[in-house]
Amino acid sequence: MSESAIKITNLTKRFDDITALDNLNLEIAWGELFGILGPNGAGKSTTVNILNTLLEPTEGSATVDGHDVGFDPEGVREVIGVCPQEPAFYPHLTGRENIILMGDMHLVPKDVLKERLNTMVEKIEMEDHIDRRAKKYSGGMIRRVSMLMALISDPKIALLDEPTVAMDPKSRRAVWDFIRELKERGKTVILTTHYMEEAQELCDRVAIIDEGSLIEIGSPKELMQKHQAKNLEEVFLKLTGKKLREAI
Amino acid sequence: MMTREPAVLFMLIIFPLAMTFVFGLAFGGIGGGGTTSFDVGLLNQDVTSPQAEWSQAFANNLTSSEVFVIHHFDDNVTGQDALLQGNLDAFIVIPEGFGVSIESYYGSPFDPSAWDNSTIGLYVDSGSMMAVSAVPPLVQEALLKSIFGEDAMAMGLPVDIGSPALVESSTLTQWDFMAPGIFAFAAIFMTMIVAQSMTVERDEGLLRRLRTTPASSADYMLGHTFSYMIIAVVQVTLVLAASYMIGYRPQTGIAGIGFTFVISLAFSLVSVGFGLISATLSKSAETSTGISFAFIMPQLFFGTFMPLGGGMEVFANFMPSKHITNAIATLFLRGAPITATVIWVELAIVSLVGVLLIAVGIILFGRQGTR
Repeated sequence: MSESAIKITNLTKRFDDITALDNLNLEIAWGELFGILGPNGAGKSTTVNILNTLLEPTEGSATVDGHDVGFDPEGVREVIGVCPQEPAFYPHLTGRENIILMGDMHLVPKDVLKERLNTMVEKIEMEDHIDRRAKKYSGGMIRRVSMLMALISDPKIALLDEPTVAMDPKSRRAVWDFIRELKERGKTVILTTHYMEEAQELCDRVAIIDEGSLIEIGSPKELMQKHQAKNLEEVFLKLTGKKLREAI
Repeated sequence: MMTREPAVLFMLIIFPLAMTFVFGLAFGGIGGGGTTSFDVGLLNQDVTSPQAEWSQAFANNLTSSEVFVIHHFDDNVTGQDALLQGNLDAFIVIPEGFGVSIESYYGSPFDPSAWDNSTIGLYVDSGSMMAVSAVPPLVQEALLKSIFGEDAMAMGLPVDIGSPALVESSTLTQWDFMAPGIFAFAAIFMTMIVAQSMTVERDEGLLRRLRTTPASSADYMLGHTFSYMIIAVVQVTLVLAASYMIGYRPQTGIAGIGFTFVISLAFSLVSVGFGLISATLSKSAETSTGISFAFIMPQLFFGTFMPLGGGMEVFANFMPSKHITNAIATLFLRGAPITATVIWVELAIVSLVGVLLIAVGIILFGRQGTR
């Protein structure tokens, strides 16, 4: 096992003349629940997409469990589970079948897959719906199934890109409990969100990025103390001069 | 997945099945038939003469032939009209004096100058090659039998023709010629389904998601290819079963049937390869349908059961579907054994093109398809 779960060094990503990430440096420890906060276009998803090997860095490097995302993407893919911002699934398959498909892609043994799936479905309160076709799901259900698709391989590192967007409060709570349990089991979780209360509730540390640059990093408590703020929303306001929801 | 999408299920399974039934039932009766017979009109103008027994014997010999179906007419005009309208294959007029001619022959058999000659009118439908070639000698035979009797037909000669070997000629229908093309026809539409499903998976972000797993793009697309090969087996099974149900009997055995599956599997590679290339060129699922038809239409028109001629035959040789159709036709229509070189050559061509197209499709779609 490498020294840190994720190490990002001088990471820059440009799309033509737009700089989406500008010289980002981060180090995330094993077992950490790390939040990446910022408005749309801040560079959160770009960071996640480089870490999950969908994008190649323009400059700099990133390693996941010691595997360089540019030189050893196969090694990276074996240790990660990815819940994308836009939940991608096969609408004609049931939720269960979608999850099994992802398990098969990760070569999870059938018996392990079945047992793990049943446990996860129960925890995320989808027992009554998991055998329905995914095209009939509500937005919240789709998000929950999408997260199980990411985690069915029991990855060392989970990359969750806005996993609770469009969820009702009850479903969001169920997902939060699920994420907490991941941490309790020693998993490293990277969570991007623009819900400040979510980051405050769940994350060990958060990085606030805006316009591709890291502007602050630390635990929610540290940041609130440092900036003499009541919550992370206020921290963000003091750092950027704008409310996060307004910036989205 | 595919079985849960009604439109896909229709295109891959129901459509080929429906085409088999429609074409089979529509064309199964055309061009074939049981025993060959000719409708022949007969006008006997010698019926009232004192020697009428001769013309009656001639008419009886024509009627007793298994080949002629005799229709009696009372006047020449009506008979000629029936012939012109295609209701008859031939029209025979027994002239007045027919019996007198025969009697005169028997009066002086070795003195032709003493005979009262007469001529039988024989009119044959020039549009029927079979009638033109077959009717005159058969009429001649009936005439000889009438004049010389059955014994004359068995007259001893120093040279004779050996007993004919009985060869049963198969009576092929239009459907027999079309059926081999149906197998290619069914699989060709896979191109459209592959193009659509791949563009949808790309546009919905499914391929991006799958690219974050240990499975490679090539693994994934080969998995797709394998599933379409299974569909090809199902298509062949259904088309064969449907054809059999409507009376189609290919001129091949179990080995030939089995070989049809092999050929169709090879052709499914071609269809999937074209589908992947179509998906690469398409910006959306809607445009993928149109682009896939650029690959489908030439194969459909130049490589299945559409009649071709001249330069088109040459062009058709560039269509993989033409080669699969030709291989199946060689088995099903010509009854060639599976060891026939031509079949293996066609299989090699289709397999080679299929593997190349799959490789090109995977490379292109792998590079551009996950945009």
